[in-house]
Amino acid sequence: MKALANISDIIIPVLIFFIVGYGFVSKVKVYEAFLKGAKEGLHIVADIVPTLIGLLVAVGMLRASGFFDMLGSLLAPITEAVGLPAQLMPLLAVKLFSSSAATGLVLDVFRTSGPDSYAGLLTSILMSCTETVFYTMSVYFLAARVTKTRYTLTGALLATLAGTVASVILAGRMV
Amino acid sequence: MLNAIWAVMILVAVFYGAVTGRMSEVTNGALDSAGEAISLCITMAGIVALWMGLMEIAVRAGLVEKLTRGISPFLKFMFPKLPQDHPARQYIATNIIANVLGLGWACTPAGLKAMESLAKLEEERGNPEYMDQDSLSEKRKQKGGREQASASGKSRRASNEMCTFLILNISSLQLIPVNMIAYRNQYGSSNPTAIIAPAIAATLFSTVVAIMYCKIKDKKN
Repeated sequence: MKALANISDIIIPVLIFFIVGYGFVSKVKVYEAFLKGAKEGLHIVADIVPTLIGLLVAVGMLRASGFFDMLGSLLAPITEAVGLPAQLMPLLAVKLFSSSAATGLVLDVFRTSGPDSYAGLLTSILMSCTETVFYTMSVYFLAARVTKTRYTLTGALLATLAGTVASVILAGRMV
Repeated sequence: MLNAIWAVMILVAVFYGAVTGRMSEVTNGALDSAGEAISLCITMAGIVALWMGLMEIAVRAGLVEKLTRGISPFLKFMFPKLPQDHPARQYIATNIIANVLGLGWACTPAGLKAMESLAKLEEERGNPEYMDQDSLSEKRKQKGGREQASASGKSRRASNEMCTFLILNISSLQLIPVNMIAYRNQYGSSNPTAIIAPAIAATLFSTVVAIMYCKIKDKKN
């Protein structure tokens, strides 16, 4: 795990060095390019502000109503047997359908348990290695007007399961 | 989909809050969260702008294009029956690289194009389910209605390439989870980037499982 932590520490500076260095050597106007991209980035964030407000409000209300606590204590016996904190169950389910709705739940885990707790680390890794299965499938297959998706769903769920198992193991080693 | 999820969340919250007598907490929950969303976006804006700025440099320096060409052996392995010069290949490559670099805005358009060209490929292969593509898309353009698509009566089966492409895509290939780092930073993590390497390891594992599954299925069919 020490090695993994080291990689995590150096990867961003190394990437920045590499990209800026490569750009500079290939005579790209690096600073101008950076400004243009950064501006685009701001637009992207501005576009998701309303989404985040809507979803954080919904999750905040659910948390405040005590619904999550109730759900958590209902699910606890099942989930703790497999090493998943109960508070992650709604997240896992929602993530299959919508990544922005899942984001609201991720932030709730961070707020209640902290991003460096076991639940927080597990959530971070989990969200980085899984995709929105049903959403992606429906959008992409619609583009090809395919209705019989054959083994796609099984494969996608299998990959998601593999990612989940790996996340549980890795997060367990980090705390 | 999101409409239903969001409505259920809000309605359940108010209903459950009323039942448990926590209406004032629910009120505060709603108001606090709205403010929190804004402070979160401010943190995110900085990190996302930084990443997108770097990516613009990478694009202009030809790095992204180079990477796209660089994964050609991998594509050959994953899609052995996809003709070397077929346009689908380029779109798939762009989609995968955009995924790896976390360029969400570039993934989806390339991915949709890839699916369309894979459908075209089935038509070229003489798959009868796909034969009506051109005439139908013409009609759709004229009438602008989506009903035309289903009116053909033939239901299309996904090709092996489509299944492989989607399973790969869903197994997620992201190198740097930029958003997750921004969120962790906002909520006071002592080391927001600590998750990068474990996330890459977990992603690799799920992708390897996805690849093996697709290869087994390919052999069977």
